[in-house]
Amino acid sequence: MLYNTMDILVSLPFFIGLIYLVLAFLYRSVKWIKGLSKFDKLRLMQSMISKRLFNSIREIFLESLLHRKIFRKNRVLGYMHMSLAFGWFLLIIVGHVETMIADQSLLVPFHKAVFFRFYNTNEDFQLTKFFAFAMDFLLLFVLSGLVLAMLKRFKKKVFGLRRTTKLKSGDRIALTSLWLIFPLRLLAESNTAAIYHNGGFLTSGVGHLMSYLVNPDVLYIALWMAYSMALGFFFVSLPNSRYMHIPTEVVLIFLRNAGIKHKKQNDTYTDVQVYSCSRCGLCLDRCQLSVAGIDDSQSVYLLKNIRNNNLSDEKLFNCLMCGKCQIDCPVGIETINLRITQRIESTRQYNSSYEYLKTYESPKADVIYFAGCMTHLTPGIFTAMKQIFALSGQNVWFMDEDKAPCCGRPLILAGQYEAAKKLIENNTQMILDSGASTLVVSCPICYRVFKEDYTLHNVNVVFHSEYIQNLISAEILPVQKSELKMVYHDPCELGRGMGMYEQPRELLKLVGNVIPLNEEKENAYCCGGSLGNIKIKANQTHLLRDQALSEFKALNPDILVTTCPKCKKTFASGRKIKVMDIAEIVVDVLVKGEDKRTIIPREEIIEEASLKSDLVKL
Amino acid sequence: MNNLDFLKPKSRQIDFDKFDNRILDYVLEREESFLTCMSCGGCTATCSAGNLTSFNIRKIGLSLRRGNVKDLSEEIEKCMFCGKCTLVCPRDINIRNVVLLIKKRIAQLKSDNAL
Repeated sequence: MLYNTMDILVSLPFFIGLIYLVLAFLYRSVKWIKGLSKFDKLRLMQSMISKRLFNSIREIFLESLLHRKIFRKNRVLGYMHMSLAFGWFLLIIVGHVETMIADQSLLVPFHKAVFFRFYNTNEDFQLTKFFAFAMDFLLLFVLSGLVLAMLKRFKKKVFGLRRTTKLKSGDRIALTSLWLIFPLRLLAESNTAAIYHNGGFLTSGVGHLMSYLVNPDVLYIALWMAYSMALGFFFVSLPNSRYMHIPTEVVLIFLRNAGIKHKKQNDTYTDVQVYSCSRCGLCLDRCQLSVAGIDDSQSVYLLKNIRNNNLSDEKLFNCLMCGKCQIDCPVGIETINLRITQRIESTRQYNSSYEYLKTYESPKADVIYFAGCMTHLTPGIFTAMKQIFALSGQNVWFMDEDKAPCCGRPLILAGQYEAAKKLIENNTQMILDSGASTLVVSCPICYRVFKEDYTLHNVNVVFHSEYIQNLISAEILPVQKSELKMVYHDPCELGRGMGMYEQPRELLKLVGNVIPLNEEKENAYCCGGSLGNIKIKANQTHLLRDQALSEFKALNPDILVTTCPKCKKTFASGRKIKVMDIAEIVVDVLVKGEDKRTIIPREEIIEEASLKSDLVKL
Repeated sequence: MNNLDFLKPKSRQIDFDKFDNRILDYVLEREESFLTCMSCGGCTATCSAGNLTSFNIRKIGLSLRRGNVKDLSEEIEKCMFCGKCTLVCPRDINIRNVVLLIKKRIAQLKSDNAL
């Protein structure tokens, strides 16, 4: 009789925890799905009955269990996550199969599988030896991950991590109980193995050792109870800790594969992303702000602050928006869009109306050149572009040479989306009125907003490096390959923002030699001068700038080439290397190869005299 | 002779008892670099919005220091946030942050009906 009550008691903490966890998760999931817009709900429903369902399941297996993305980043860290998640998953599955075979039934109660060695002590069934071995092997697999996890907490550098997140008390309870689950399982099973001789290679060995120390009968119930309590505690603390990311990531994958997109205002998709953050700290590791001693505004803290409702403006606006954290996020959280949305919510009260904006009459032109505010502060780029346009022979309208509104991107970065729309409307009107077919921009900040937020039908928005390369391949611009040693800096907005990495490099290879950098393309440094960060102090910007410059300088290049006027301005103020924009370097090479100008096919269009005088001025 | 009143201008003294420091204090607490502004006007010369309308960022600084809340709330609307002012500032003042803080504070005061 006593044994029967103990039977129930042992699995009770586990059951209470599990029921609480399931209810809490169901409550959240229903709330999240209910909060989606009508269209998003439809999308989700459709995705459940289409091929996308299999994509989701595949992704859940690869990311939530195997942790493929973390593996790519760091093998030890990947192994640690995989052994804990996939190992535990297999323990549950294999444990169930074992129970089913032992009971010769397809329906076995859940707790019977979890506490199998407790409930099923000495019955022999088919494959007993095999299962004893398999379960021990899996337990060892999980324990190896656990040892790594403990090592990581105390010695981060082994994992190539510089920093890890700070824990809250809720997280600490969850972490401690998670750490205790598997050692307690090992002890309980080993102890049982010492009594009933039913263990595999691991548990029977450990059980044997334990029986030397204590009489196994004394610890029997206590160990199983402790194991059950550890499970229960973990389950109860999970919904309020960072471990909520485990079930939430599954929801996120379903929603994302259904085609649900992040919005310009907070909705429950925001919440799903926020709860999916595991606070692994990979984003901390990448963030350059730590160089300037800014350690509390990174993406992981942003997500934590949104979840805890205590996000301050000082933290929200202290981010370069460079997007480096996003490429490393193993969960695929859109950290930058998420931050922009928070900025929109935070500044919603005070968007400007810009009533003073007027649309001036646009002259008819084939090509429009929008230099942008930043190019106006780097007149070298503006002059170079004028040279190139003169050679192109096209009818170009310099839209903002005298006056024009800003492109709107800086406002969007500051969260003033409604205000930015007014500028966008005004500029769109002027561009369309001119009847131009091409819009050339020389600033990645402008380029991004023209591509993403403007609706310019029949107008081809091209970045100046693309435009120049087209002119070169059409043999309108004669360039000569020089012996220049150059390094190319990927601007955040162009590289990580728009994914344009190769094109500027191809163009540069036509005019000189490009030395590859250690940290380039996706991993390129931000210059520090980003318009996205509204709180950073000038001296902190200089620290970021110097970090990038010292890497460039180490390669000893003749010139640092970039495609962003803001980056150029920032790097130039470091006074370590000569900095040039891609347009300037092309014009430079053009002047030196003056004899080649005879191959220009459209001589009649280009006024030779004025061109020559212009070139001489350079 | 009465028509020549403009020759006798009224007192231009600033009454510090009536000084409205609600915005200035808020800004300085969060962006102390504004203290180093010497009103050189570089920001105004480069300003994109100032090129289109009568917006004058140097005057914003002046209104901020004088506690001229009414002028501030009308004028600050015109800024386009492009960041040129911050880039040219010889004192490295984070002017974009100053503008953001002024806008935020004014919105706060308005929602409290204190303006």
